[in-house]
Amino acid sequence: MSEKQKLVVIGNGMAGARFVEDLLARGGGNQFDIVMFGDEPYGNYNRILLSGVLSGTHQAQDIFINSLAWYEENNVKLHAGVRVQRIDRITKTVIGADDIAESYDKLVIATGSSPFVPPVEGIKSDEREGNKDGVFVFRTLDDCDGIAKYAENAKSAAVIGGGLLGLEAARGLANRGVETHVVHLMGHLMDVQLDGKAGKMLRNSMEQMGVNVHTEKATTAILGNGHVTGLQFKDGSALECDMVVISAGIRPNTQLAKDAGLAVERGIVVDDTMTTDDPDIYSVGECAQHRGMVYGLVAPLWEQTAVLADRLTGRKTEAAYTGSKLSTKLKVMGVDLAVMGRKEPENDDDEVVLYSEPSRGVYKKLIVRDGKLLGAMLLGDTSTAATLLQSFDRGSELPENRAELLFDLSGETKSQSVADLPDDAQICNCNGVSKGAIVGAVKGGCTSLKKLCDATRAGTGCGACKPQVEEILQFSAGDLLTEDASAHYYVPGVPLAKPELIAAIQAQNLKSVSAVFAALANGKEDPGSKAGLASLLKTIWHDQYEDERDARFINDRVHANIQKDRTFSVVPRIYGGVTSPDELRRIADVADKYQVPMVKITGGQRIDLLGVKKEDLPGVWKDLGMPSGHAYTKAFRTCKTCVGSEFCRFGVGDSTGLGIQIERKFQGIEFPHKLKMATTGCPRNCSEATTKDIGLIAIEGGKWEVVVGGAAGSKVRKADLLVTVDSHEDALLYTGRFMQYYRANAKYLERTYDFVERIGIEKVRQVVVEDSEGIAAQLDADIEAAVAAYVDPWEEAHTPQHPSQFVNLLSAKETAQIRSLQPAYGD
Amino acid sequence: MLTETLSYVVFNLGNLNRIPLGEGREYQIGDEEIVIFRARDGVVYALQARCPHREGHLADGITGDGKIVCPMHSYKFELATGAPVGNDCQALKTYPVRISQAGEILLEWPSVTK
Ligand code: SRM
Ligand SMILES: Cc1cc2nc3c(=O)[nH]c(=O)nc-3n(C[C@H](O)[C@H](O)[C@H](O)COP(=O)(O)OP(=O)(O)OC[C@H]3O[C@@H](n4cnc5c(N)ncnc54)[C@H](O)[C@@H]3O)c2cc1C
Ligand code: SF4
Ligand code: FES
Repeated sequence: MSEKQKLVVIGNGMAGARFVEDLLARGGGNQFDIVMFGDEPYGNYNRILLSGVLSGTHQAQDIFINSLAWYEENNVKLHAGVRVQRIDRITKTVIGADDIAESYDKLVIATGSSPFVPPVEGIKSDEREGNKDGVFVFRTLDDCDGIAKYAENAKSAAVIGGGLLGLEAARGLANRGVETHVVHLMGHLMDVQLDGKAGKMLRNSMEQMGVNVHTEKATTAILGNGHVTGLQFKDGSALECDMVVISAGIRPNTQLAKDAGLAVERGIVVDDTMTTDDPDIYSVGECAQHRGMVYGLVAPLWEQTAVLADRLTGRKTEAAYTGSKLSTKLKVMGVDLAVMGRKEPENDDDEVVLYSEPSRGVYKKLIVRDGKLLGAMLLGDTSTAATLLQSFDRGSELPENRAELLFDLSGETKSQSVADLPDDAQICNCNGVSKGAIVGAVKGGCTSLKKLCDATRAGTGCGACKPQVEEILQFSAGDLLTEDASAHYYVPGVPLAKPELIAAIQAQNLKSVSAVFAALANGKEDPGSKAGLASLLKTIWHDQYEDERDARFINDRVHANIQKDRTFSVVPRIYGGVTSPDELRRIADVADKYQVPMVKITGGQRIDLLGVKKEDLPGVWKDLGMPSGHAYTKAFRTCKTCVGSEFCRFGVGDSTGLGIQIERKFQGIEFPHKLKMATTGCPRNCSEATTKDIGLIAIEGGKWEVVVGGAAGSKVRKADLLVTVDSHEDALLYTGRFMQYYRANAKYLERTYDFVERIGIEKVRQVVVEDSEGIAAQLDADIEAAVAAYVDPWEEAHTPQHPSQFVNLLSAKETAQIRSLQPAYGD
Repeated sequence: MLTETLSYVVFNLGNLNRIPLGEGREYQIGDEEIVIFRARDGVVYALQARCPHREGHLADGITGDGKIVCPMHSYKFELATGAPVGNDCQALKTYPVRISQAGEILLEWPSVTK
């Protein structure tokens, strides 16, 4: 028999799961047998990031916090998908669905809250149980899924409620290409946090991103038979729409506690130790009411779980929760908004510091009492939010010159402003991570943003502090800084993951890089994103792609690889590494004629002419009369071969023949990164096929093994077996199908070795070989289309794309005119 | 306030359309190399041609959002002011430039006389 006490937790959400983590971190695993109930059939996820999932910046699978395995590893018994129906305080037992019962010594209620659905006519379906088609709330992953799916076929959507959550939902819907309306009961958006002026400016910002805002509208009915067709308002007006998301506030889930006879007002009443009026029952999270307050944000409830864990484990028997100061940020891409504390002055001598610049959408307001910050609102420019939040949280004395609080007066870069904060300043307000802890982790080797966030948990809550975490990373990592290809976005400048980006590009028919920036990035042309977008658009549109050369890296403008002295290298294609005396002679002649400083045999079984001047490129290509080897771009490079069955005494397959066939077929096709292949005539692997992106290995019996995801560059990885085939046709088929799957799903600059590892070879095999998603035929068709659209870029030797494509220096002439000016020039 | 006379020589760098949209090209002015960028939003910039980091030719870089990214090691600079972005190189020199009625690039090259 265990001598441990038994602890039962109802609720596996942000508070319940966090509490168990806190408890385990304090050694609670040795003191308690832990049992949890959660209404959802999986582990727990980050509810805050649902907004990101809806707007497409996050994938559902990326927001999970603990997998089912985590519970097992930590000896936590989780009843996933089991709803608790009753608490029997006499027998000290919790009873759930299917009569699952667990006795407890200590019980924690963390049931969170449910969306409040106002009494509006026409919500319920006439025909069946539940809501009319097209009516949604926004609280769970399932809700999010339902909204996203329905939005695919909807032309317009209305969000009832213009608070934080409603606006995030609206932005998400707008991102999905649906005409979006926000219907708000009060006079201005986010009326709980903002004053009228700020609300009005926020409205402008929302409208600028295509969200229509209707204020002072009381919805009386949802129209439509069977499915939503519109909204009816009290003032007699109406709005047509195909779907509705109701976001009108939340109501704590208190029924269980009420039925058990615990004290319940708005929430389950707890004291400073998070204990209810039953000394063995506690409550944390959105369902709890503390000193009259019920909180709807994560920061307070994470303070609560820490206090409760401290007490239950005896780590800090004096720990007490005394309430939280509220601050929040709006997670709507394109709107910078941070608010904290009060929104209006209360006493006559409260000081109000105000700055307003409507033309830029900037509004800042501070409420100061006795030299301390009581509240702040920053819209349009949140550069001083971190500093203000510090003063607000600590109640510290503000500087005499209030302007310092509104503007980055120093004119220094932001990194210095974060650099100036003391070590104990809290950066991540979701997870309570201090600047010191972040700096420590960087020094300890976390030199990429992702590693750092993973290690410290900073930025893993709502994500709003990520820019600051990044700044700290930048100044404390210095040269050691490593890049992480912007964790979720396909390119940094367009905040969409690849599938959503592709969907948006297709839905809106965006065929050029500038069209994508205009439609999906508020017109901001991020130079670091251009090349990635160009590559993607080419993949999506093939020959319909509107090529803008300035979006390409120099190598892809002139189809050669730039060298440190601005000369270029020329690597003609030599299919399968097999050449001829005639080809070699031409290469030699070109090297002579253009005085090429170095002729080198590459590691890719071909010849590199290094040090060619930009102006000479067209001439070199013409004289070579060979197609481009694409040694300069993110595309299919080479297929290395070995001599194989034709000559080698061990060869069991025609690796040279197959290699040539492959290279002829797939030459020049663009990929998210370069793609290299090899064919080898037997498992001795002379062409190193087992460490290529795709390798084909001949084995006895006329068969070929197709292996993928190998590497022997900065990383070494043995390729995984995808499938074994018995003909060249099938080898080509699966090669092409895998290629297309990689093209369509990899992030920009993700080599196959990372891609295969991320997706998992099992999954890759299911899709590519077993056709588990029914997309094989489409993948085959897409890669064939890419093959068909291929044009040798070196043809531009004959038809340059612009007269100055290969010109470095243009001529200038001095005009006779010399002007003299008093007193200054540059008018 | 100003005691010296500021005057400048105007160089005609030819028609703007000799530079592809969004790209840059170099010109030799006296002993100096300069680069003209023709940004996608229609603004034209004149700056020193070489990157202060390791002499990369900025003309081969990628422009966007008012910035130029050097093709060699991706250092970034503001096109309008030449100021470094996220690196501590010296700022690039910038020169006044305008476009004539006929679409020609007119570079105003300072020559100061006391
Ligand atoms: C020419 C060559 C070296 C040689 O003299 O043999 C070469 C030269 C360069 N390699 Fe390589 N790599 C060459 C074979 C390889 C190989 C071996 C192979 O292909 O069998 C590898 C390991 C396999 C691989 O690709 O992983 C290789 C791994 C790399 C990497 C590391 C890639 C990685 O993800 O680990 C880079 C850097 C990158 O891609 O970001 C790189 C980048 C480069 C660049 C393009 C650097 C640059 O951006 O300027 C070099 C260009 C020189 C030029 O202008 O020609 N090169 N490079 C080889 C050309 C092969 C060809 O004919 O196409
Ligand atoms: C889209 C969205 C965006 C948000 N963004 C932010 C933000 O940016 N910043 C911020 O601070 N806050 C944000 N919030 C609010 C934040 O998510 C909540 O404050 C937080 O999730 C509350 O945690 P909780 O554990 O109390 O409730 P929940 O996370 O809702 O967890 C409740 C748990 O209890 C379970 N449960 C309930 N009843 C039962 C039962 N009878 N039996 C078994 N299990 C039960 C549920 O299944 C769930 O596991 C956002 C909320 C949403 C919906
Ligand atoms: S190993 Fe390094 S130096 Fe050598 S060619 Fe490859 S990238 Fe250049
Ligand atoms: S030379 Fe410009 S970044 Fe190195």
